[in-house]
Amino acid sequence: MSAESEAGITRKTSRAAWEEKPPLLLELAKGTFLALAVLAVLFPLWSITVTSLASRETINRVGGMIVLPRELDPSAYVTMFSGGQVARAVGVSLFVSVVGTAWSLSLTVLAAYGLSRPGSFAHRPLLFYFLLTFLIYPGLVPSYLVVTGLGLKDSLWALILPGGVSVFNLVVVRSFFMSIPSELYDSARIDGASEWRILFGIALPLSSAVVAVVGLFYAVGYWNSYFNSVLYIDDNDKWPIQRVLQSYILAGQAPKLSGAATGVPNLTSYPPTLAIKMAVVVVTIFPALLVYPFVQRNFSKGMLVGAVKG
Amino acid sequence: MKPPRYLVSQLRRDWPLLVMVVPAALTLLVFHYVPTLGNVIAFQDYNPFEGDNPLEAFWNSEWVGFANFETLFEDSGFWDAVRNTLTITAFQLVFFFPLPIVLAILLSGVLSSKLRSFIQGVVYLPHFFSWVLVITFFTQMLGGAGLLAQELRRHGHEPWNLMSNPQAFIVLVTSETVWKDVGWGSIVFLAALSGIDPTLYEAAAADGAGRFRRLWHVTLPGLRPVIILLLILRLGDALSVGFEQYLLQREAVGRQAAEVLDTFVYFQAIVPQEWGVGAAAGLFKAVVGLILIVAANRLARVLGEQGVYAKS
Repeated sequence: MSAESEAGITRKTSRAAWEEKPPLLLELAKGTFLALAVLAVLFPLWSITVTSLASRETINRVGGMIVLPRELDPSAYVTMFSGGQVARAVGVSLFVSVVGTAWSLSLTVLAAYGLSRPGSFAHRPLLFYFLLTFLIYPGLVPSYLVVTGLGLKDSLWALILPGGVSVFNLVVVRSFFMSIPSELYDSARIDGASEWRILFGIALPLSSAVVAVVGLFYAVGYWNSYFNSVLYIDDNDKWPIQRVLQSYILAGQAPKLSGAATGVPNLTSYPPTLAIKMAVVVVTIFPALLVYPFVQRNFSKGMLVGAVKG
Repeated sequence: MKPPRYLVSQLRRDWPLLVMVVPAALTLLVFHYVPTLGNVIAFQDYNPFEGDNPLEAFWNSEWVGFANFETLFEDSGFWDAVRNTLTITAFQLVFFFPLPIVLAILLSGVLSSKLRSFIQGVVYLPHFFSWVLVITFFTQMLGGAGLLAQELRRHGHEPWNLMSNPQAFIVLVTSETVWKDVGWGSIVFLAALSGIDPTLYEAAAADGAGRFRRLWHVTLPGLRPVIILLLILRLGDALSVGFEQYLLQREAVGRQAAEVLDTFVYFQAIVPQEWGVGAAAGLFKAVVGLILIVAANRLARVLGEQGVYAKS
């Protein structure tokens, strides 16, 4: 990729003197396209959120999904978090995301640093060992046999260990480490710093943006992971939130909510099923929305530079 | 024989680096390379009950040569899955692949940087949603009980359910892919656009090129290396179209339309525990994928492009 894109993303903010003003029709077409793209994302988000906060009367009157909210009724959330399967699944997903991210990030940063010095012992074969994973990969069946053979069936570690290292993320962090001026490394080494000291004292602090972005990618990946739980988790007390969302909304099986609520789904005091469903959706989206502004702020300077350099 | 001296001193100097690499290398060994080697059960009548663990079972299972592949290739369901996969890949190459390029070009033309980063922030967002969420969104909007059907019903029209129509399935999955990833896919093109020398545009304009001429003769050639690179990667991946997306919707539209190679392996191997045949299908996919990506890369080089594995 060209040197310009490595230096950072620069875009024009005004029209050049020689540039002609675009015809109105073209401007309109462009604006419509971009507005539609934005609406296509925001409108469903809006509708799902306000439906999760709607009361039984409103949902019954409209006959389903709400677009214009009348009131904010948090009872669906209260019911959902007062115990039962959804609350437990959120706990499982939080555990897997936090522990998994810490694990993956440690492995990735360590290996990225270990592989960042051309000319070190066995550097090229080791790099080849990592990069070869892009070309040859195991199929579903042998992977399944290995994970179950290790006794990980119905263990939350089955959701963490198999995807523990993303070589793509590793390459991104590595190329960032390599872009740090070597004089910094050399002077530290002359002063007698060990490799560990250099990693934690120089390389990591200088690359906090890229490490944060990679960490968030891991976190989102763990939070969103669904199929691993289909393969490895039979016990539905250990289901992550995506699995509960799937079985509840797409397959239509009602989750076990708190004891008081089950068995009385038709009483008017009980929040409407649709609102609870949409509340589960909102809870599943929420972490992504929470970390998103942070990702957006960082990835132009961290992720993109590394990714484009490859 | 003693190892050469420089290796010894290198090792003495670099052993902390090696220690750092070990955990990640072990993870890949156990969860990537061991299963890759485990593909040899494609040539076995693998029976997990032949031993206490997969390794022992592997040791005791009978070798059957290409029998699993014969079973696989005689199964019309397998070829249906291959055909579905390739059809979807081709369809998305036409109807998905160009869209991030269009979006990037449109975005780079938005002059207000605040408006631009707002639009970017919104269109990148669905990339961070899981497939379960994306399909839930589509179901709630376009499904039989979704918002669209509900409005149609209210205005006295016949509601239609896009989510369970096998004929429209390819359009549905492509729309979902567009919704989820068009914004994210535009990032790499935006980066490439910012790498185009602005004086090229000025020179072209001075020579009398209008906006479409400049698009054709400056912008698109500037994007060409990235486009080719992504095309190669996509072709190498022609046998994977994503997995969860199809797994989640297979029941709603039926396997005739929604069975792709990956779901075929899952439903024909993991679920009924037909390990040998499943491994054969996985191995088939991996080998074809490897051939495809090497071939596409070779082709790109013949055409004078850089290719994926060019040394930097």
